Amino acid sequence: MDAMTHKATASVADPVTFYGTDVTSRLLLGTAQYPSPAILAEAIRASGTEIVTVSLRRESGAAKAGQSFWQLIRDLGVKVLPNTAGCRTVKEAVTTAEMARELFGTPWVKLEVIGEDDTLQPDVFGLVEAARILSRDGFQVFPYTTEDLVVAEKLVSAGCEVLMPWGAPIGSGRGLNNPYGLRSMRAHFPGIPLVVDAGVGLPSHAAAAMELGYDAVLLNTAVAKAGDPVRMARAFAAAIAAGREAVIADPMEVRDMAAPSTPVMGRALLGS
Amino acid sequence: MKIIVNGEPADTAAGTLAGLLAELEMADAIVATALNGDMVRAARRGATPLAEGDRVEILAPMQGG
Repeated sequence: MDAMTHKATASVADPVTFYGTDVTSRLLLGTAQYPSPAILAEAIRASGTEIVTVSLRRESGAAKAGQSFWQLIRDLGVKVLPNTAGCRTVKEAVTTAEMARELFGTPWVKLEVIGEDDTLQPDVFGLVEAARILSRDGFQVFPYTTEDLVVAEKLVSAGCEVLMPWGAPIGSGRGLNNPYGLRSMRAHFPGIPLVVDAGVGLPSHAAAAMELGYDAVLLNTAVAKAGDPVRMARAFAAAIAAGREAVIADPMEVRDMAAPSTPVMGRALLGS
Repeated sequence: MKIIVNGEPADTAAGTLAGLLAELEMADAIVATALNGDMVRAARRGATPLAEGDRVEILAPMQGG
């Protein structure tokens, strides 16, 4: 595509489509670990996000914390993407997804099947199996996966129309551990919405993901655990928009040798 | 009757899952339920009997990433 076509056809305001639903914001935000519900609400507003992730946990009879949390999310008017965080087996993940669908009234599910404690690395074998079961049952699955292309192919065959490879282990803030792998994934799946999910620590990491041509970034801890989560939410929104704009602008080629940017013609001859 | 609710031992007089939720003052709460590891839809709770030793999970919306 030449530069003029780029400019004519693409814009940062273009929506990304997840299972037929258009969203303009390319930031998906987690709702955990904020200093207070008020700061969570303010960070969501500041981020401009249209999709937040939520979870399911045991409700205690006395506190009923879940009820007030749900009221807060509903008042914000954002779409919810329920997760199966912490699930370690296919059965656990599938049952949790079913319960989330009833509770939140959405077929969307961020499917996590965790395989390893230190890295919270997905169990990709369980993930593919759970994705197949849930897709068949009418769910619209957002799988939390690795950058492995074979696994990604199997997820697509299982019915996934979105892929969410990790940047780095959940909550680590390390950024993009394997930019080469993420770039390969982008090249292999040009028509599938790709979201970097997990491990993003800084706005520059999110911008880098967008510069690789990713459609969106999902993060939580980087905003929630910042000294000023609301300000950090704004910083991420700006970085993601910048990365998206950069892709549309079609970056220059990287080269090994210097090339003068100032014209050489007309240079004065000074000195002895 | 002794059952397990959200991982904790509990004593209940309720005969059904719906009765248990009422006992726990969660009849109108936004929760999803499971009995012995399988989901029980809201509409089925009244027709779902409880038995000694049953494991009940009562889950609510919560913060997540």
